[in-house]
Amino acid sequence: MNGIFLLAFKLLVNDRAKFSALVIGITFAVFLMVQMTALFAGILIRASSTVINIGASMWVMDPSVQTVANSIGMPDYLLDYVRSIPGVKFAVPLYSGAALLKLPSGLYQTATILGLDDTTLFGRPQLLQGRIEDIYAENSFIAVDDPEFSKLEYPKIGTRFELNDNRAIISGIAKVASPSLFGMPTLYTTYYRALQYVPNPRFTVSYVLVEPKSQADIPGIKDAVRRLGYLALTADEFIAKISAFYKFQTGIGINILVMTVMSFIVGLSISGQTFYTFIIENMEKFGALKAIGATNRQLVMMILFQSGFTSLTGYGLGVGLIVVIIAIAKLRLPDYASTINYFNLSIAFLMAAVISAISSYFGVRRVLRIEPFDIFRG
Amino acid sequence: MPKVAIKAVGVVKTFGEGAAAITALRSVDFEARFGEMPYIVGPSGSGKTTLLSVLSGILRPNAGSVVVDGVDIWKLDVDSLASFRLHKIGFVFQDYHLFPRLTTAENAAIPLIVKGQDWESSVREASKYLDIVGLKERAGLPPVKLSGGEQQRVAIARAISSRPEILIMDEPTASLDGETGRNIVSFVKRNILNENRCIVVVTHDNRIYEYASRIIMMEDGRLKGEMSVPHS
Ligand SMILES: Nc1ncnc2c1ncn2[C@@H]1O[C@H](COP(=O)(O)OP(=O)(O)OP(=O)(O)O)[C@@H](O)[C@H]1O
Ligand SMILES: [Mg+2]
Repeated sequence: MNGIFLLAFKLLVNDRAKFSALVIGITFAVFLMVQMTALFAGILIRASSTVINIGASMWVMDPSVQTVANSIGMPDYLLDYVRSIPGVKFAVPLYSGAALLKLPSGLYQTATILGLDDTTLFGRPQLLQGRIEDIYAENSFIAVDDPEFSKLEYPKIGTRFELNDNRAIISGIAKVASPSLFGMPTLYTTYYRALQYVPNPRFTVSYVLVEPKSQADIPGIKDAVRRLGYLALTADEFIAKISAFYKFQTGIGINILVMTVMSFIVGLSISGQTFYTFIIENMEKFGALKAIGATNRQLVMMILFQSGFTSLTGYGLGVGLIVVIIAIAKLRLPDYASTINYFNLSIAFLMAAVISAISSYFGVRRVLRIEPFDIFRG
Repeated sequence: MPKVAIKAVGVVKTFGEGAAAITALRSVDFEARFGEMPYIVGPSGSGKTTLLSVLSGILRPNAGSVVVDGVDIWKLDVDSLASFRLHKIGFVFQDYHLFPRLTTAENAAIPLIVKGQDWESSVREASKYLDIVGLKERAGLPPVKLSGGEQQRVAIARAISSRPEILIMDEPTASLDGETGRNIVSFVKRNILNENRCIVVVTHDNRIYEYASRIIMMEDGRLKGEMSVPHS
């Protein structure tokens, strides 16, 4: 390593107390920022849990649909129309709605009802207990063992309850990839049973799930669906639409943003101030270096190195800390939704870089203005 | 006669502007040759530090020229001047300005590191100069573990580690007791001064006058001629 960087490193790290304060400031800020954005990312994923769990390539819906849970019924003929679009390999209906359960204990509980296409059972969950064919049995429902499972009072195969005043029986226990956000347990049944059990308006198809023959067919399918006044989205587009709804149409996005910005400001103030104090305390030394013959460029490099090194260390520790804490929290709290992805890691990295840049900016300004003469005079 | 090391002509330095302006140097002419160790003495506020700073390239004068070892230093741009100081001039500051969190040897190596030399070889090379100032055993200690006189010797080792032709010492004994101060300066005269080096010393301390080559008096921004060097 070039001696000047090692010098910068030693000046920084050998001042243990200050270096710790600096790193802790950034660690803390990164921790908070990643925690906020990870929480939000987790919430967004859960808001799209049905899209993820059903696993269809394309979803046809009413253009006014904002989130997967609030579907708007579409007429039956749409299904046949979609099936007739060239490029569609197959298309099946999905029912999505809510029903009121009366549990064995006599308590009431609302649940999400997903009705799968009777012939294909497309989008079926993975069963932990029971056989999927039993979904066809009389009054049969499959309960999902997710964090909301307890609200069904831990049913077993054969557990009976009432669903909108109809008899219902649990014929299987399933698991899904993503638990849902809304605090409601989920029951799977067939499309036609769902229609029978849940009172419906005239139009009954919540979604048409489409499998295109190839990726290249997707634009054509979208166009054809649009001509009829409906919307066809790929699963990713649908998830993005749902995310956009929570980000921009609810208070959640702005609140998370405010909290993230606050973490950033906290981190910036702690680290910025500490770093600035560090520079001020070393001002004489920088002045002496300048007198000896260090160029401004060298001094700036030293400061950038110091703030960059501090930020990277703090970033690493912050990310490490949040990963450990989220892992522990998920073991203990099944409803805890945080998800760390490249996006929130990058956001935090960017913010750590900005903190580093702003801190060093003020340090650099001071150091450039030092007159070695003032140091010399003492 | 030895070569001229420093030649300053008509140096003027004014701080501030208008009514509040203070003229610290009023047309100073100064000359020093290799192999000598001239002192500049005078009352507080007479402009000694200001003059040293102009001579050593850290304070730009309002008028006049300074030629160091043949280079008209105030005609250089900022970076060339920094590089000139790095290669030609060693500084010993009144209050040392050592880095408290580096070892003694690392402190002495600073000019070499600033020159771009790598850390290990700089420290190894600087250790030789610690040896010259008699502090080889203290190479691994931080400066706070050393006495004031030892710290000043580290500062001297640092000033000479890049083998500068010119050494600038502003009040090198001000923070030291009389005995230690005398020892340091006599040491510098015996071991650091040679025919290829010029050491300019500013001091108040008449206990070290005897080691001077010449003593130039300064008063109110002007050089007032020389006084005789006392013999011990
Ligand atoms: N940066 C400055 N701004 C304004 N005035 C200054 C500045 N530096 C020095 N002066 C003034 O210039 C004059 C000479 O100062 P200088 O430090 O050179 O004196 P000195 O002879 O070294 O004194 P001392 O023996 O106390 O160190 C003083 O009047 C001082 O107040
Ligand atoms: Mg002075």
